[in-house]
This record gives sequence, structure tokens and C-alpha cells, in this order.
Amino acid sequence: MKILVPVKQVGIIDEDYEIRDDGKNVDVDFLDYEINEWDNYSWELALNLQETYGEAVEIVPLTVGPDEAEDVLLNCLAKGGERGIRVWDDALVDSDSMAIAQVIAKVAEHENADYVLTGTLSSDHSFAATGMCVAGLLNWAHAAVVSKVDITPDAQQITVNRELEAGIEEEITVESPAVLSIQLGINEPRYASLRGIKQAKAKPVEVMSHKDFGLTDAEVGEMGSLSKVRKMYAPEHSQAELIEGTVAEQAKRIAEIVKELKGDT
Amino acid sequence: MNKIMVIAEHRLGELTAATFEVIAAAVELKQTKGFSVNVAVLASNPAEFSAKLNIAGVDEIIEVLIQENQFQTDTYEAVINSLLDEYAPSVVLTSNSIDAWSCMPIIAAKRQCGFATDVFALNYDGDDLIATRAAYGEKMHVDLEFPDKETVLITLRGNTYKPIEQEASVPVSSFSAPSVNARTTHKRFIEPETTSDVDIAQAELLLSIGRGIENEDNIEQFEELADTMGFTLGCSRPIADNGWLPKSRQVGQSGKIVVACNTYLAFGISGSVQHMAGMKHVPNIIAVNTDAEASIFIIAKYGVVADMFEIADELINHFE
Ligand SMILES: Cc1cc2nc3c(=O)[nH]c(=O)nc-3n(C[C@H](O)[C@H](O)[C@H](O)COP(=O)(O)OP(=O)(O)OC[C@H]3O[C@@H](n4cnc5c(N)ncnc54)[C@H](O)[C@@H]3O)c2cc1C
Repeated sequence: MKILVPVKQVGIIDEDYEIRDDGKNVDVDFLDYEINEWDNYSWELALNLQETYGEAVEIVPLTVGPDEAEDVLLNCLAKGGERGIRVWDDALVDSDSMAIAQVIAKVAEHENADYVLTGTLSSDHSFAATGMCVAGLLNWAHAAVVSKVDITPDAQQITVNRELEAGIEEEITVESPAVLSIQLGINEPRYASLRGIKQAKAKPVEVMSHKDFGLTDAEVGEMGSLSKVRKMYAPEHSQAELIEGTVAEQAKRIAEIVKELKGDT
Repeated sequence: MNKIMVIAEHRLGELTAATFEVIAAAVELKQTKGFSVNVAVLASNPAEFSAKLNIAGVDEIIEVLIQENQFQTDTYEAVINSLLDEYAPSVVLTSNSIDAWSCMPIIAAKRQCGFATDVFALNYDGDDLIATRAAYGEKMHVDLEFPDKETVLITLRGNTYKPIEQEASVPVSSFSAPSVNARTTHKRFIEPETTSDVDIAQAELLLSIGRGIENEDNIEQFEELADTMGFTLGCSRPIADNGWLPKSRQVGQSGKIVVACNTYLAFGISGSVQHMAGMKHVPNIIAVNTDAEASIFIIAKYGVVADMFEIADELINHFE
């Protein structure tokens, strides 16, 4: 059983930022980067399955991203797995979920994967769609926002819980092969050990382009996306009344407001 | 005539509240362009729901009979796909629900439709549909366009459009579902465990802590603060996921909507859309966050840019 786990390096806006000259995104120089929170959970799930079933399970992390994004693969490989895959080409800049999914679907086919485990969403653009777009392209069974998984190698079907609104869950069976998008809290992601981080550097990462899978430039990037950014801008500033001063003054003012609202001034 | 199609959603025998907001959005959009609004409802007894969809501005209710009442993703995908073939709507709207997250990307990927999730404003610029959504943890807004797309699928953020009260008598038609190869099977719904814990949904005064709390040892300080102030302690999801407070204390989309709350003190909570879904409506929100750009300040009445621990240390003295 082979499990492909797409992981993403996400940008986080620092205090100061500038918008790119074309007005369509934040200038990359003003972003901090880290692994998408959700992807720690999908990778942990893969690690757990590998630890439970040993050699019957192969787990492969994949990232679609530039050189710097290799950090997220190393982060995964420091915890386990033997090799990683990174796909990049300048034509992939400005890809939306769909365009990224084109690449992931091709890698899944190429790798003969049985399962693709994505995160439910990524914190930068929060479309919550990449995993399910992959399922659509592969025409595989799928479940989104999965909060519990029971997979055994070679099983024809697996049992998962879908997390719904308001704390309700739905238990369903899903035919294999399948794409699952994994939700926060499904497990407790481990931290990489120092030893693991050292070992990860020796593990191979195969670097490829979308063209290696027969995808054209028109199928990725902005052209291959299902939406196009017209502009990005800061939302209107908050209406909040700012409580300023020293900490003691701020606390005093909060206390006054609270007492007034409680009606016990 | 151009059409706006709404997919009505229901769970456990009830149309979701968000469905009525989505219909309101469709009717608003219709007024700018003169489109028709066609609402499709997929169910084992669709008439039960269509009776509740007689809303002013809706032009047609389309009943689609399916075998199982609950959402099954392949079924929804196949039916919506056939509806798109038959009706060729310009826009398809659903709420930004977990069910929509399962089926809409599949349809978008297979048909290469225009597609955007969690949209909170829809406008036309000439003939171009513009969908506005957020990015980077609500810190940015993005206007999206869909050049050359005949159909655009949109999932709409909750609490954005106000449901239409006015009723109307809407013509009903039926549409037959195509055959489906369902690859997932419903087993059961699991309701949240009932606990003897306080019900935060009933609390008027809530003090909620988020990831700014950093570690479990710091919880106690805020338990004490909440107690002393006469507030009930709530939290954001990571605190419950870590097991630092019970799940019953979680505010938000997958936790509780704090309907009775009048005053909400948010300590170290960034203001994600899923958290806000549970508390955005509260009239008096006081937010304490070290990040002056945190999106919680957008909905707060009072903003305090400060360290939550320092504030807590001082604040407690005013209530002892
Ligand atoms: C389907 C789905 C359902 C979800 N349901 C929910 C839900 O019901 N409820 C929910 O809360 N989340 C939910 N989430 C998760 C949500 O997306 C966010 O991950 C979560 O709300 C973040 O919690 P937070 O604000 O505490 O943490 P963060 O976003 O990490 O924010 C922490 C904040 O603390 C501030 N801070 C740090 N240190 C200090 C300090 N010393 N003093 C003051 N401020 C400080 C930081 O500036 C930051 O703004 C859901 C997600 C999905 C995909």
C-alpha cells in the first residue's frame, strides 16, 4: 500500500508587508514561511500507518513548490519516510487549488498510490479544495474533513469519520483507492528529533517539473486555475475602539467596561 | 435567460440555516442582472423541504428524488452535473459547508468550471462576476474573476446574507436523478458527547482563550480570572484539540455558537473564520492580542493590543 501525502509551505504575513506590483498577491519578500498546519496531521497519520504495518506501507511526502519549499519535505522526512518528491517550474506560480491538484494527481498516478492524504485546507488561501480537486481528476472515492481513519493495507474499503458542523461526525465507508482531506486534531503530530533532522538530509528528494508528467503550461499556473486574482487588498480597518495606555491602564479600562456591561458598577 | 442555481442543503431532516442565506444572496444577485433563481433540493422526500422554500424571489424549485436522504458525495456530484447539463446556469451557489467542500471541487475539476469557496461578496463588473474572499488568515481580501467560464461554482460564507422573510408561491418541477456509482456508504451520525459541563451556548459572559495561551500550565491563570470576574471559560479549537479544555468549551463552527452571549473577552485568539462563526454576532467583543493586525479586531468593539498574561495579571485585581 502506497500513501502519497502532499504537503505545502504556506506564507504568513508578517507585521509589515507590501502588495506585489501587479496588485495580485503579497510580495514574497514580506512573507514568513512554515509548513501548513493541517499537513502535520496528514503526515502523522501516514507515519502511524507505516509504524503499524511496517513494510506493507510506503509513505511518500510530495510538495509542489520552489527550492525553499524543500524545507517542508525535510521536516516530514525527519520524522519518517525514505524519500520525497518536489515538483516545481516557474509556470506553476499563481496556481490555484485546481492547478496544484493537476500536478498532485499526475504524481499519484505515476507513483501508483493507493491513497492520497491532503490537509483539509491551507492557511494561506484557505480554499479547502486541493484534495478534492485531486479526487475529481483521478475519479477516486473521497472524503473531506476527515477526523478519524481506519485503514488496513490491501483493504477494499476503509472506514472514516467526516467531521461536520457543530461537533457532529458521520461515519462512512470509502472504497479504495481514495483521497482523504485530513482535519486538525485527528492525532498528535510529533516533533522532529535532532537525529531525524540529520538523517533527513541524506534522504533523496526527486525534483521534477509538471512537464515530466505530460502537463502543459496551459494546465497549470494562472491559466490552469479556475479563478483569476483581480486584486488583493487589506480589508477596511477595524471599527474597534482601541484601548491604549500602559498595561495597568488598559486593564483598568477593560474592568470598567466589563462592570458597566454587567450592570454592577 | 441566465440562471442562478442554488443547491439547498439539509441534515438530519432540516434544511440548514445557511441555505436560506444562500437563497438571499441569489435573489440579490438576480436583481442586479435579471437572472432567474432556481433552487434544487435533493432528498428521499423532496416535497418535505420544497414546501419551506417558497421564498420571494425564487423562480423555480427543482425536486430531485434520491434514495438516501443524507448527503452522499457521488450522488450530489452526479445530480448537480446533470442539472448543469440541463439548466446551464451561469452561477451555482451553495453554502460553504463541509458537504459542499466534498462535492463542489469535484464538479469544478471535472467540468473545469470557475470555482471559489468561502466567498462573502458577489458583484458584477459589467458581465464579469467578481467574488470576494479572504486570504492569509483574514488579513487580506481578494477579488477573483472567472474569465471565459460559462459556469461558476461558489460556496458562500455564513452570516453574510440575511434570509428573506417574505413568502411566495413558487412553481415546483421535478428532475430525475441519473444513475450513480456511490463509493462511500453512510454508517451513522455521531452527535457530540453529552457532558455535565456548563453549556457555553447559554452563557451571557464568556472569557475565551486561544493559542496565545502557549501551554497547558497557563490555563489555570485564566480559569481563575474567569471565575473571579464571573465569566464562563471558553476556548478556540487548538485548546480543545490539545485536550487542555473539554471539547464542550470550544467556540466556533465545529464547536458551539454562543447564542446567549452578550460580552465576549477573547484572549490570544486570532479570529479565524471558523472561530468567528461561533461568536461574531456577540454585541460586546473585547479582544486582547499582541498582533495589532489580528483579524479578531475587525469584529471587536474594543481592541487591546497587549500581552494577555500581563493584562490578566492586572485585570484580576479589579474583581477580587
Ligand atoms: C472545518 C474546520 C472547522 C473548524 N472549527 C473551529 C472551531 O469551531 N473553533 C475554532 O476556534 N477553530 C476552528 N477551526 C480552526 C481554525 O481554522 C483556526 O485554526 C483556529 O481558530 C485558531 O485558533 P487561535 O485563534 O486560538 O490560534 P491562532 O490562529 O494561532 O492565534 C493565536 C493568536 O494569539 C495571539 N497571541 C500569541 N501570544 C499572545 C500573547 N502572549 N498575548 C496576546 N495574544 C497572543 C497571536 O497574535 C494570534 O493572533 C476549524 C477549522 C476547520 C478547517
